[in-house]
Order: sequence, then structure tokens, then C-alpha cells
Amino acid sequence: MIGADIQILMPEILLAVYAMGALMAAVYTTKDGMAPLLTWATSGLFVLLAVWIGINGQGTNIAFGGMFVDDGFSRFAKIVILLSAAAVLLMSESYMQRRGLLRFEYPILIALAVVGMMVMVSAGDLMALYMGLELQSLALYVVASLRRDSVKSTEAGLKYFVLGALSSGLLLYGASLTYGFAGTTLFAGIIEATANEPSLGLLFGLVFLIAGFAFKVSAAPFHMWTPDVYEGSPTPVTAFFATAPKVAAMALFARVVHDAFGGIVGDWQQIVAFLSVVSMFLGAIAAIGQKDIKRLMAYSSIAHMGFALMGLAAGTAFGVQAMLIYMAIYVTMNIGTFAFILAMERDGRPVTNIDSLKMYSKRQPLRALAMLVLLFSLAGVPPMVGFFGKFYVLRAAYDGGLAWLAVAGVIASVIGAFYYIRIVYFMYFGEEGEALDGKMNPVLWTFLMGSAAVMLIGVVNLFGIEPIAAAAAATLVN
Amino acid sequence: MTVFAFTFYLFAVSTIAGGLMTVVSRNPVHSVLWLILAFLSSAGLFVTLGAEFVAMLLIIVYVGAVAVLFLFVVMMLDVDFAELKAEMTKYLPLALLIGVVILMQLALALGVWGFADGVEGRIAAPTGDLDNTRALGLLIYDKYILLFQLSGLILLVAMIGAIVLTLRHRVDIKRQNVLSQMYRDPAKAMELKDVKPGQGL
Repeated sequence: MIGADIQILMPEILLAVYAMGALMAAVYTTKDGMAPLLTWATSGLFVLLAVWIGINGQGTNIAFGGMFVDDGFSRFAKIVILLSAAAVLLMSESYMQRRGLLRFEYPILIALAVVGMMVMVSAGDLMALYMGLELQSLALYVVASLRRDSVKSTEAGLKYFVLGALSSGLLLYGASLTYGFAGTTLFAGIIEATANEPSLGLLFGLVFLIAGFAFKVSAAPFHMWTPDVYEGSPTPVTAFFATAPKVAAMALFARVVHDAFGGIVGDWQQIVAFLSVVSMFLGAIAAIGQKDIKRLMAYSSIAHMGFALMGLAAGTAFGVQAMLIYMAIYVTMNIGTFAFILAMERDGRPVTNIDSLKMYSKRQPLRALAMLVLLFSLAGVPPMVGFFGKFYVLRAAYDGGLAWLAVAGVIASVIGAFYYIRIVYFMYFGEEGEALDGKMNPVLWTFLMGSAAVMLIGVVNLFGIEPIAAAAAATLVN
Repeated sequence: MTVFAFTFYLFAVSTIAGGLMTVVSRNPVHSVLWLILAFLSSAGLFVTLGAEFVAMLLIIVYVGAVAVLFLFVVMMLDVDFAELKAEMTKYLPLALLIGVVILMQLALALGVWGFADGVEGRIAAPTGDLDNTRALGLLIYDKYILLFQLSGLILLVAMIGAIVLTLRHRVDIKRQNVLSQMYRDPAKAMELKDVKPGQGL
């Protein structure tokens, strides 16, 4: 029996064993000298595991008495998480290396964080959920303050840690209330308990659980940590924060509300819709005044989480499908955008000021064009793929009977387009300022161009992601 | 009086006495020692309840680690406990009030204690004639092995994190290298020069 369970958990176990082996190997040899090799090896392993999960995954497998669920939904999320983590690791290698930040623990911590995320999206039990979440968060707190000589990075790590601990507290409070009133921590048992007229305590538990998740996905009004953490962390770490953990937290959110509280959609729908509308507007409006591109991306991520939550708020299988598509597109756009941000430097020092992009198109027409495509896609301008992501969630909200939410989404999207297009304006029409360095690492260049190309070519059929996401959503909602 | 009742009262009295003396004794080191007595007696109370595993945990974790840590802190830190005590007596009425309120709240909460509808069917059944330690072992290392291993990973991350964020290899200080001292060759380390009077090197 344990053999069958381990078989189901094999990707996670492999990754954890790899992380421990790599740690030993690096400690007993050249330590930081191994770091570039480990970075490449780790991202290679991520890709291999993603391929393996994609090819090997069949049906719904339940391990450890329901604590771990391997189904189409979790596999979709895991593949997105693994691929985006691999991309970010590859992008960060040269940046970290040049600034003396590439320590061998970095890829290992990322690998352990990914193990946590994989457990999160597969959790079928409140305890397994919390273990995965904590494993992921703890690793992220550490990488946030990786640049330990900088006050900002330390501040980012500390802030993230304190607020993360607070959110874990909220989550645990919700989990214990849920356990107390349902009598079990298994999602399968909780959904039974909610079948006939859920008790008030169970609803309180649900609200606290959702508050905890909202912290983790940085949805307003639980977003305060995001801008400071994004700004203070080293840029590759920010790129990582904006991609894989968001997918994991969002998938976890969807799993809990559907697997454990699928019987009382009406009760959580209003909370999720509220989170969604507040995040969209806050993200759109607060980003307008930002001068630092990393802070801007933080507010942009808040707004995007609002849109993804809109899909979830619909409470239907199509809503989950829309959310999955949205997250996949969002991650792809962010990888390209951060590849661009990572290459922004002057005299070898990183620059994150938006003003430094003035008349960028004159010196680097191709890169400016790629960034333009990505920014339009982030804003949701029709010919790009980003529009289709927004289109799906809006349709899901409309079909789910939340027409007001869809209308609010359109308005927020129009407001949000302003600050994306402002960057485009700087790049093409602004006054000429101090120039940025022209060099760009080939890896970053590939990711920037690749991501921009995906935004254009994907219009044809979204690379066939639509039926896959539909199948994944169908395994979650039934 | 049965032996059971006798042991219960013995441990109960020494727990309360230990707790009381922890608060009132003047010497902080004595306080910690009284605290250890309170822990030990509550461990005894747990044994009388048949919860031998909790009793062991209490002794290992609280007496073995926490209390000893307290003792070290008390002995190493230069804290003027007399002054703290004087502060405390000032707020004694308020503290008493809060204590009474908490007591009443506890009474209220325990008075209406009950299960939510349908919970009885879902809560775990008693383990029967298994003893505690064995039952916990079966849970932790068998049913919840996944969670146990994940907690191990979390602790590993915490350890890596602590090292990443604090360990520094300083290059601006000189460290003693015993091996290089031992293998030092006097012939190479020292050179004799014959300096003629009136001339430099």
C-alpha cells in the first residue's frame, strides 16, 4: 500500500531527494563554485519532471488516505509551476552571478519551494495543505532576503516573513475552526459536513481560510506586502515570486473552495467576487503613480490576481478553466517582462526606474517592440494573447451570473491599460534621457523574444491549452 | 483513601505549590527550580491519567530544554528582578481582575461544551487497548508519514535559511592554521644573514 502511495508521489520525492543530494554535493565540494551547474541542473530537472508528469499522468490517483490527490487539475498546475520555475532559474543565473548573489543554496531553496508548491496543489487535506504552504513560504522568505547586505532586501524578507506568518495564523485559525465543526481535516469529509446547511462555525472557518489564501495570492485587501517585497528582493527572485508561487496559491485556492466547500458555492462566491473586484481596481489605480518598474509589476500582479479570482468567483467548471488559462498566460507574459527588466542596467548596475526607458526604441528597436507586445498583452489589448485570458474570465463571470463583476473587470482593465501604455509611450515618444546599456544576455533575449512571440502566435489556438485546461477543470469541479 | 487518590492529591498539591512558589519566590533561580517542580508534578498527573507519552514529552521538552534554558537566561542576563517585582505589585489589582474574568469565561465556555451536529460520526475512534506511545507511533510514522516527512523538509529549509542568511566567511581576520604551523619548515622560514659592520642589507 505504501509502495503505491510512493509511486504516486514520485515526482515530489525525486525533487526533494535531488535537493538534499545537491546540498550535500555542494557543501562537500566547491560550495558556491557549484552554483551555476546546480542552477542549470535544477531547471533541467524541473523540465524533465514537467514532461514526465505530462506524459505519465493518468486519471485521478489518491495517496495516503486522501491527503494527496494527483488528478488532471493538479498535474496542469504542476506543469505550469515547474516550467515557469525552470525559466526563472535559467534567467537568474547570469544576473545573480554578476552581482555575487549566486550562492549554491539558491537553486536548492527554489527546488524545495517547488516541492512545497507541488504538495500544495495536490493537497487533499488541511494538514497536507498547510505543510506544503509552509515549505514553499519558508523557502521564499529566505530567497527574498538573499541580498543580505542590502537594507531593502532584508526589509523585504522580514516584511514577507512577518506578514506571511500572520497570514499562516489566519489560515490555521480557519483550518482549526473547519476541523472543529466538520470533525475531519480531509476535504472529502468537509464537503460531507457542508452538505446540509453548514454551521456558522464552518462558515467562519471558510472565511479565515480564504483570508489566508488571499494573502498568499496577494489579492487586495491583503496585498500590502507585495510592493515592498517585489521592490526589495533581488530582481530574479521577484520574477520567481510573480510566477510559480502565484500559480500554486491560486490552484490551492481553487482546490479548497471546490473540493472542500464545493457544496456551498453561494457562500464563498461573494467573498471571492469581493476580493476580485477590490484587487482589480486597487491594482489598476495604485500602479499609476509608480516610478519603479518592480513596484509597478507588483501592482500589476495584484490586478491580474483579481482577474484570475474573477474566473474562480464564477464557481463553475468553466470558471476554473478560465482561471487556469489566465494563470498560464499570465506566467508566460511575466517571464518575458522580467527577462526585459533583468536586462535593464546602466554601467553594469541594475536600473529599475521607468524614466530610464525614455526613447528606448531608438537604440533597441527589436527589444522595445517585444516589450510593447508584452505590455499590450498584459493590458489585454485585443490582438495579443493576454486579451484572450481576460476574455475567458469575463465570459466565465458573465455565464456564472456575475455580470456586474464582468463589467467592473472591463472598467478596471481600461484603467489599468493606462500605466502599461505609459511605458510604451516612454519607449517610443518620450524625451531622450540617459541611455541604458545595450548588452543583453542571450538567455534573457531568448525568453523575451520567445514570450513575445507566444503572445502573437498564440492567437491562433492558444497552443491547444484550452481543451487541456477544460479537462483539468472538469476533474476538479463535478 | 485509595493509592490513586493519594497520588493525585500528592501531585496536585505539589503542582500548585510549585506554581505558587515560582511566582512569589524572591530569588529568580529559585523560581525556575520551583517551575521545574511544577512541570515534574504535572508530568506525574499525566501518568495518573494514563497519558504516559505526554508525561515523557513534558519532562524531556519542558524540564530538559525549556526550564534549563530559562535557568541559563536568568543566570546570564543582568536583570534587576526586584525592580520588576515592584512594578508587578503596582498592577496587581488589574491582574487579579483579568484573572477572574478569564476564570469566568472558562467556566462559561466549558459549561456549554458540546459537539456540532454530525461530528460524532466523523471524529476518530478511541484506540482501544493500544497504549499511547504505540498509537501515536502508528499515526505519525504510518498514517501521517507524508506530513512527518514534509515537516522534516520544512526544518531542513529553516536550517538552510538560517545558514544562508547569517553565515559569513570573513577574509579580513587571521585564523590559526594548526597544520600549516606544524608543517612549517625552519630552514625555509628563517634565513641567517651575516651583516658586516657599517653596511646594511
